[in-house]
Amino acid sequence: MNASQSMVFSLVAVGILVCLPLIGVTAGMTSLFGVIIPYAAVVVFFVGIVARVVRWARSPVPFRIPTTCGQQKSFPWIKADNLDNPSDTKGVVLRMILEVLLFRSLFRNTRLEFYDGPKIRYASAKWLWLGAIVFHYSFLVVFLRHLRFFTEPVTPLVTLLESVDGFLEVGLPRLYISGLALLAGVTYLFLRRVSIPQLKYISLPSDYFPLFLIFAITATGLLMRYVFKVDIVGVKELTFGLATFHPVVPKGIGVLFYIHLFLVSVLFAYFPFSKLVHMAGVFLSPTRNLPNNSRMVRHINPWNYPVKVHTYEEYEDEFREKMIEAGLPVEKKE
Amino acid sequence: MYDAKKIVPGILIFVVLFTFPLWSNMGKAAPAPKPELPKTEKVCVMDTAYMKTEHMVLLNQWRDLVVRDANRLWVGPDGKEHFMSLQNSCMKCHSSKVKFCDQCHNYAGVKPYCWQCHIEPKENM
Repeated sequence: MNASQSMVFSLVAVGILVCLPLIGVTAGMTSLFGVIIPYAAVVVFFVGIVARVVRWARSPVPFRIPTTCGQQKSFPWIKADNLDNPSDTKGVVLRMILEVLLFRSLFRNTRLEFYDGPKIRYASAKWLWLGAIVFHYSFLVVFLRHLRFFTEPVTPLVTLLESVDGFLEVGLPRLYISGLALLAGVTYLFLRRVSIPQLKYISLPSDYFPLFLIFAITATGLLMRYVFKVDIVGVKELTFGLATFHPVVPKGIGVLFYIHLFLVSVLFAYFPFSKLVHMAGVFLSPTRNLPNNSRMVRHINPWNYPVKVHTYEEYEDEFREKMIEAGLPVEKKE
Repeated sequence: MYDAKKIVPGILIFVVLFTFPLWSNMGKAAPAPKPELPKTEKVCVMDTAYMKTEHMVLLNQWRDLVVRDANRLWVGPDGKEHFMSLQNSCMKCHSSKVKFCDQCHNYAGVKPYCWQCHIEPKENM
């Protein structure tokens, strides 16, 4: 598929996903969309992620393949860069923490530019890093804020997050910065993908679909909070029922909620099979989580065939007499 | 499986963290809140469905009209005139904050800032 086909395909897919609960719930299938599908999606999510991680863990990584971005550990008088070229666990842990929390490798992103004819130069390009930080952290805050639907009494963590997130006190219900930031982040990631020709060329439906899906989830969430409000008490009855395994489907929750819930279910179910699984994969990337200790530790390839070797000592034992007869030097004379 | 000493704890941490809503509520039941409705009046200034979802918007408009425009009279869609006042109009019927407002607000984790300016009714509950 080319770029525009990929985009149309993903857009149509998300459109269908929005229509399904719209038709289904209007036809009265509230327990299917309110209980059965969310449960199924969560089961798929957990089983899928665990199976993925186990599958990754089954592949041997016989050699150290970390990306090295600094001086390797060497002589004591050469300053080693233990963060960008870690030789021990401590360095790896620090490197991983910075990678997972601050997206350090994205911060290194550079752009190749042509100028004055054939000359090239590399420029720093931090926008992707910034977009990714905004997107991921606002998503995290939005995700954690939703715990108010799954805890009773509501955990203090959520209360704290809500008061920080809504400190602007704009409008009622109070505007949450994270909601807008998430929408802006996902929009930026999409615009970046279509406005850079090289990036557009390599983009596939599996790139556009998650973006559109998350956009739709954010949009329905914001609409539900600020514009077409739904019965929030009914929503919590449903979600808390799911969490306590006593599912109830209260009447009169707006259909917008079911669309939101269905899209989130799709996201959960789609997670283990898509690029989104980098949530787990980032911890298992051998280019980040391996110490560069090839010169200190011998790493043996687990699938090496047991080669029969005939050492020199054995050779000499076999031919010693003949060698002495022929006047050849031997190490052990009987 | 390689590195089982790291993979297994990792998976366990993931599962325990992400199932927090399931195990933290084990055996708990939180029945839906039942806000106490006034006995004297049958209808609010707008219909129930509107008041349920949009009351905060209306209260915000009232606040602006009263505080910024010094306008205390509000005409509802049914043509009835109402005196815009949280403590004197709303609370006249919905007299108990604890039995009415807090019921749903606590359940849904909402902390309205009405009572930063208004005087909270003293209730011994």
